[in-house]
Amino acid sequence: MAEYIQYPEKIYTPHLWIREKFLMGMSLSAYIKKQFTPFNVVAGLILLVGLPFIALRFSQGLAAVTNANSDYPWGFILSFGLFAGVPLAAGGYVLASTVYLFGLKQYHPLLRPAILTGFLGYFFAVVYLLIDLGRPWRLPYPMFIYYGPASVLFLVAWHVALYLSVQFLEFCPAIFEWLGTERFRRWAMRITIGATIFGVILSTLHQSALGALFLLAPGKLHPLWYSPLIPVFFFISSIFAGLSVVIAESTLSSRFFKDKADYHYLASLDNLTLGLGKAASVVLFTYFGLEVIGVAHGNHWALLGTPFGYWFLIEILMFVLLPCFLFAFGTQKKKVGLVRFTAFLTITGIIFNRLTVVLIALNWNLPHHEIPYWKEFVIVLTIITIHLLTFRWIVNRMPVLREHPDYKGM
Amino acid sequence: MDLKRRDFLKIIGLSTGSGLLGWVGTANAYVTKPDPHDSAAMLVDTTRCVGCRTCEMVCAEVNNLPEPALLGDESIFEQKRTTETYAHTVVNRYPNPTGEPVYVKTQCRHCNEPACASACLVKAMEKTPEGPVVYHEERCMGCRYCMVACPFYIPKFEWSKAVPAVRKCIFCFERQKEGLEPACAENCPAEALKFGKRKELLEIARTRIYQNPDQYIHHIYGEHEVGGTGWLYLSNIPFEQLGFRMDLGTRPYPEFTKGFLTAVPLVLLIWPALLGGVYAFTNQREQMNNTEKAVSPIKKEV
Repeated sequence: MAEYIQYPEKIYTPHLWIREKFLMGMSLSAYIKKQFTPFNVVAGLILLVGLPFIALRFSQGLAAVTNANSDYPWGFILSFGLFAGVPLAAGGYVLASTVYLFGLKQYHPLLRPAILTGFLGYFFAVVYLLIDLGRPWRLPYPMFIYYGPASVLFLVAWHVALYLSVQFLEFCPAIFEWLGTERFRRWAMRITIGATIFGVILSTLHQSALGALFLLAPGKLHPLWYSPLIPVFFFISSIFAGLSVVIAESTLSSRFFKDKADYHYLASLDNLTLGLGKAASVVLFTYFGLEVIGVAHGNHWALLGTPFGYWFLIEILMFVLLPCFLFAFGTQKKKVGLVRFTAFLTITGIIFNRLTVVLIALNWNLPHHEIPYWKEFVIVLTIITIHLLTFRWIVNRMPVLREHPDYKGM
Repeated sequence: MDLKRRDFLKIIGLSTGSGLLGWVGTANAYVTKPDPHDSAAMLVDTTRCVGCRTCEMVCAEVNNLPEPALLGDESIFEQKRTTETYAHTVVNRYPNPTGEPVYVKTQCRHCNEPACASACLVKAMEKTPEGPVVYHEERCMGCRYCMVACPFYIPKFEWSKAVPAVRKCIFCFERQKEGLEPACAENCPAEALKFGKRKELLEIARTRIYQNPDQYIHHIYGEHEVGGTGWLYLSNIPFEQLGFRMDLGTRPYPEFTKGFLTAVPLVLLIWPALLGGVYAFTNQREQMNNTEKAVSPIKKEV
């Protein structure tokens, strides 16, 4: 039997603790010096331009920074941040159910990054919402003060709020491992299965409810997108959106956070990517079938020959059927690069679809169309930047892409 | 495994809890429906309207809004106007191929089952039992779903304010409570506006059509559209020539989301059972694998 050297337990002074937990083991001056990277400079410049615009929105109203108007009440900020952001954050529930409910334990290395991506995705969806709401400080109203349960939006509000909390709880083990509080961690791990099941329920409902919101606009949304099936479209598409984001996120993480990942994560990545790609292919095909049923159900074949029909065909052929085949081909031939590319293509497709529903196919019959103001793009870019910085901050510190040495295989 | 019973209880607890949640959800999922026959309504006879815009003026007065632009100036009719946050009603002029131009007053239609009220998650838009669809500014979050839902593009949002609200005609609800007519109807010099109970106004409208069959299109716009509206319109030229949408159907808008809302408790009940079942299976399989591994000296590849 080998003799192990017993190291004395590390004793933290507050000074050392802060250095270890927050400054990545560096002294404050060394840490600050290390921040001057090209990425940070660009990010800083974006924030320098974008944050004043956000301030302007709160002091002068939405008209100061958006082109949203009474015919297009929901502009680019909301359609991108909430309507596209929420399905793209679906990776959390998809991976959690894969690992915990369906028992595919080999996907475990991808679970934590997926939950973190999901949690931040929802968190920032709420940030976009707060920027867009007329009176954001009334966000708790539907929860605690005035109830409108006949509204689909009421359901969205509740479920997004609950799910955000569930995802936070699901991510808690990582936080407690980082802080080294064993007792809390054990407590947080206990709720895993319950949280996963609850998360799937909440996700099913609010992902589909985001689509169901448009059921109230039958005369406004173009018939190719307006369908009684729209809640199902939104739910099913969130599954492949989530899978694609997990692939895309792991592609970027394994490249930019290689030093924060452990061998296990990096070595299993290619195989897991192929597995996820295969799953995404199947779901995309289901979605394609559903879309065809949608057109057949409404008997809208003739509309496919109109300009909106061409737009619809681009969406369905280029962003659904093509990635479906590419995923299938890529996994068959074990071309991991192709699967990764396809994940990015699918993400583009989801954004394309949600922007189409909220900004383009809505009010298709009005003579004029809203073009977002450039400041809306700057605000979105600003939030994306903060989103990435937050993600980086967490991955740099907490055990996300690696297992904490004390909790291996748990 | 000692955790098993706990997991079972967890699943049971979850499904019961969420089932209850769903039940409460559906129980409340109905908007109060006043009897549309007795609710307050308005009959707009566009054949009588002379386009004087007095209604716009008095509306602005009672609602403390700025005085409408270009009063008494015909040039205002050169462009089609919509209601605004500062103008809850506007009159537009439409050409009539066979005679005098037709003037149409636009404002909230006060639907029997309003889309805006069923869209609102804080009940800031509310259908009162008396008929008017009112707006509670103190509740509004400014999400603007009411604007997406309204088939008549009526609610308007204060885009340029730091503390914005939604604005629309509330049918002079306060005046009605005092027994007064809405300001527009009281001051209409051409008697183009008739205020009353919906049932009686429908009778009057039918009588006018019946007595002057050549003078009217035989359709009361708002009688059945989107499940019926509080404001009813008569015209002497087809309504589509007056900018009215003829494709809105007669189904009340809240019904479009009712199916989805009914499915919510089903998902809340079925998903936990289904997923709990799947989990039970995988858990069982894993345990069997583990025992097998422990017994067999040969390691099994997974």
